Amino acid sequence: MDVTTFLIQCLNSLQYGLLLFLVASGLTLIFGIMGVINLAHGSFYMVGAYLAFSLAPVVGATIGGGFFATLLVGVVLAVLFGYFLEWAFFSFLYEREHLQQVLMTYGLILVFEELRSLLVGDDVHGVQPPDILNGSIALGEMMTYPVYRLFMSGVCLALALGMYFVFTRTRLGMMIRAGSTNREMVQSLGIDIKFLYRVVFAAGVAIAVLAGMVAAPVSSVYPGMGSTVLIICFVVVVIGGIGSIRGALFASLLIGFVDTFGKVLLPSAAGVLVYVLMALILLWKPDGLFKAG
Amino acid sequence: MNDSKVSKAVFVALAFLALAAFPAVSGQYGLDLATKIMVFAIFALSLELLVGTTGLVCFGQAAFLGIGAYSTVLLSPPDQAGSVLWLLPAAMLLAGGYALAVGALSLRTKGVYFIMVTLAFAQMAYYVAHDTPLGGGTDGIYLLMKPGVGDWLDLDKPLVLYQFTLACLLVTFAFLALLGRSRFGRALAGIRVNEQRMRATGFSTYPYKLAAFVISGALSALAGFLFAVKGGYVNPELMGWHVSGEVLIIVILGGLGHLRGALIGAFAFALLQEFFKSEAIFGEFAKHWHLGLGLTIIASVALLPRGLVGVPGQIAARLHGTALGEASSAAKAGGSHGGH
Repeated sequence: MDVTTFLIQCLNSLQYGLLLFLVASGLTLIFGIMGVINLAHGSFYMVGAYLAFSLAPVVGATIGGGFFATLLVGVVLAVLFGYFLEWAFFSFLYEREHLQQVLMTYGLILVFEELRSLLVGDDVHGVQPPDILNGSIALGEMMTYPVYRLFMSGVCLALALGMYFVFTRTRLGMMIRAGSTNREMVQSLGIDIKFLYRVVFAAGVAIAVLAGMVAAPVSSVYPGMGSTVLIICFVVVVIGGIGSIRGALFASLLIGFVDTFGKVLLPSAAGVLVYVLMALILLWKPDGLFKAG
Repeated sequence: MNDSKVSKAVFVALAFLALAAFPAVSGQYGLDLATKIMVFAIFALSLELLVGTTGLVCFGQAAFLGIGAYSTVLLSPPDQAGSVLWLLPAAMLLAGGYALAVGALSLRTKGVYFIMVTLAFAQMAYYVAHDTPLGGGTDGIYLLMKPGVGDWLDLDKPLVLYQFTLACLLVTFAFLALLGRSRFGRALAGIRVNEQRMRATGFSTYPYKLAAFVISGALSALAGFLFAVKGGYVNPELMGWHVSGEVLIIVILGGLGHLRGALIGAFAFALLQEFFKSEAIFGEFAKHWHLGLGLTIIASVALLPRGLVGVPGQIAARLHGTALGEASSAAKAGGSHGGH
């Protein structure tokens, strides 16, 4: 492997890892703060990708269009969608056993997949990246790297930094951190924990949807894309330690690199590498690398 | 024995009698479907021992099913029918051995971490079958000659396979029911309710959990054996996480902590699938059968907090105008607290 290939694979790993982080961060927040195992989280990623595909013509016809306008409309819809979902399906589940939540969110996966099939169909679709990001830049003499992938990494990085800022520097972040440590105490301090949960859930959904929309031009849009990403994100969440954003970031990048380089160096064992890594880490540290709280 | 115990025993007895009488009234299709459901019921019962009885949520149960199925096919002689008498024990032993290794490691973790470690080990088994030529890779392998015992048990005949599967289901159910009443079973229930307290009372809980894990793995291999014999074919998808997830859903849907919950769950899940897939009822819409199934599952979570087994209790509570069901379940939890 020469230096340029190595560099390209590093960029790919970084981009994949950051994308995983976007989906996994919502998952780990919802689990860590609300105590809900949300199997349907991968579906939000799928919904995002399909939104990028099917919203673009609608947005184009109404407000002039453009990739970024579509992203914006999609995120607004996602926040409303997440807010509604929490109200309708999750708000009565907190007192129940975890496994009841698993059953509920499994039902939601089936419903989302079928609604997707009814509304958009089962075909695989491609999504065009916007024109200004459609080029490539030269790496070394022979290789090029698509600008859009760099843009994806940039978006993910910006969101990660934004989340870090919200968590550590704002009042909302303080309340969320407190809520994940001790629900009753936060409530008795006069904070509306139900509203807080709804906000966290809606934010988690919006980030997953955004991840799906941003990833659509690279990964294309296909049925079942949600469940693949869900399992990998659960791996990320437990490696990083449940509820830990820092852990999720570290674990996403780790998985990104192991998976990408695994496919290059050991193609026959690429699929299993991630799971071997998870098993080893959990046997060494049974609570993940960065346990929150 | 109080009333509710009698009614439960009567329910289970009637269910098995109905299954025994079923071939007399059913056609080929019904027989095939019922065999398939019973295989899944055995699989669900094996998981119920871990999830419902011991409180260990295993998300890698499909690996044991797959190892049972694969070893049945791989150990069968290619040119003649193998013998059930050694193929079945061999399959269960191999899966039990694998469960011993996986359990010994995964039981170091707890809660969601345990869920994910068991998933990780199952995925490793999946990729071994998927990416190595051992079991035919992604194509899977065929079982050319169905096993039997001499002339009097030929599993190639659908009716014989049905009866053999029913017998296996009955034996599994009875075994787990007896296990639940034994000292060992009480200890497992104690671990589910409060593991700390079990340790404080002098139980070393790890060996108990490991033993439950191994028994569960071996029972899953029984289901895997039947699966391979019934279908005559195995492929890596049998070990995929969808299968582990589905059996977990069946157990939760039926109602945790009750053996008949796994039974009811397996039948309810399969029959719901058949119902929503039926083109006679839904016509064109039948191909979107996941939607109906998903909505039913969501409704069941909202309306049936204790799963399908809790339904009679809920109805009784409604009729008496009291929270009778709640009270009796609370008393039960208290009872297992007090045991040992």
